[in-house]
Amino acid sequence: MNARLYYWQRMTAGLMVPLIAVHLVTMIYAIGNGLSAAEILGRTQGSLIWGLFYGGFVVAASVHAAIGVRTVIGEWFGLRGKVQNAFAVIFCVVLLGLGGRAVVAVVM
Amino acid sequence: MTKTLQVSIWRGGADGDYQSFEVPAKANQTVLDVVTWVQRHADATLAYRFACRVGMCGSCAMMVNGEPRWTCRSHVSSVIRDGELKLAPLANLPVIRDLTVDMTTFFDKWQRAEARFHPSKTRHDEVPAIKPDTPARKMADAAVECINCGVCYAACDTVRWNGDYLGPAALNRAWTLVNDERDAGAKQRLAAVSGTGGCYNCHSHQSCQVFCPKALNPTRSIAGLKRAGLAAKS
Repeated sequence: MNARLYYWQRMTAGLMVPLIAVHLVTMIYAIGNGLSAAEILGRTQGSLIWGLFYGGFVVAASVHAAIGVRTVIGEWFGLRGKVQNAFAVIFCVVLLGLGGRAVVAVVM
Repeated sequence: MTKTLQVSIWRGGADGDYQSFEVPAKANQTVLDVVTWVQRHADATLAYRFACRVGMCGSCAMMVNGEPRWTCRSHVSSVIRDGELKLAPLANLPVIRDLTVDMTTFFDKWQRAEARFHPSKTRHDEVPAIKPDTPARKMADAAVECINCGVCYAACDTVRWNGDYLGPAALNRAWTLVNDERDAGAKQRLAAVSGTGGCYNCHSHQSCQVFCPKALNPTRSIAGLKRAGLAAKS
């Protein structure tokens, strides 16, 4: 890992800390008050704030995880250079796709 | 009847095997004493390294019951398990023969990390006074007593997983120089330790500081390099 990747992994981790806290607290609050899935979707759909919140979450998690997986495949499987980077980019794109699809389903 | 120790010692190269010896147990015996007894009384062909015998030269390190130790200062009583000693060459380095390893990679990485002094003055300049109480000097002093024994390198998981990784010793030395006000190589050193195989590969497992016989903390030095490297880029 070089300085640039280290920087982005730490920055995305820092971004995710408050996002995870808000996500967990909101989830526990919503479930604890007995909200149904339909009632939750009724509050999130059309909400720009929740869209930005979970959109940011997905981007941060995708970048963070891809950098980590890049390191793991380098250390465990000996992948280096272009193959290692390509695997990380593909992993990031897959996470962005899956996460983005979930965000769209919740807020659109 | 003389009490004895059961000692298994690695023999041969990378494809070698352990050979068992029975060694007389003595009070205050060090692991190096045991190895020396084997060479002098059981098998004169046993290859191992030592020089000072007092914890200064860093040449006698080896794996003792699976953990890297400086053998001249490791008492048998503190490392023995179930009455047995298992001695192997230092991990993460190529075996030459028996208990000796090829340290070339280890020292090449010191050079790759620019872990050598870059003078900022000539012999004709006045010798600068170094204040011992500045924050930078304190950080350098906290890490400077390395004896190049390779124990941290053998203990490091990241070295084992990533052959490019410079390792705790080289990076620790680089950190002392980053904090040395007489040194003029900070820029190229931070570039050298920030690239592929550099300080950002460290997972902070802290095995280096657990096993360092000089009680240094290379993990802390590497964390310092990480911060300095990022600051230099911004």
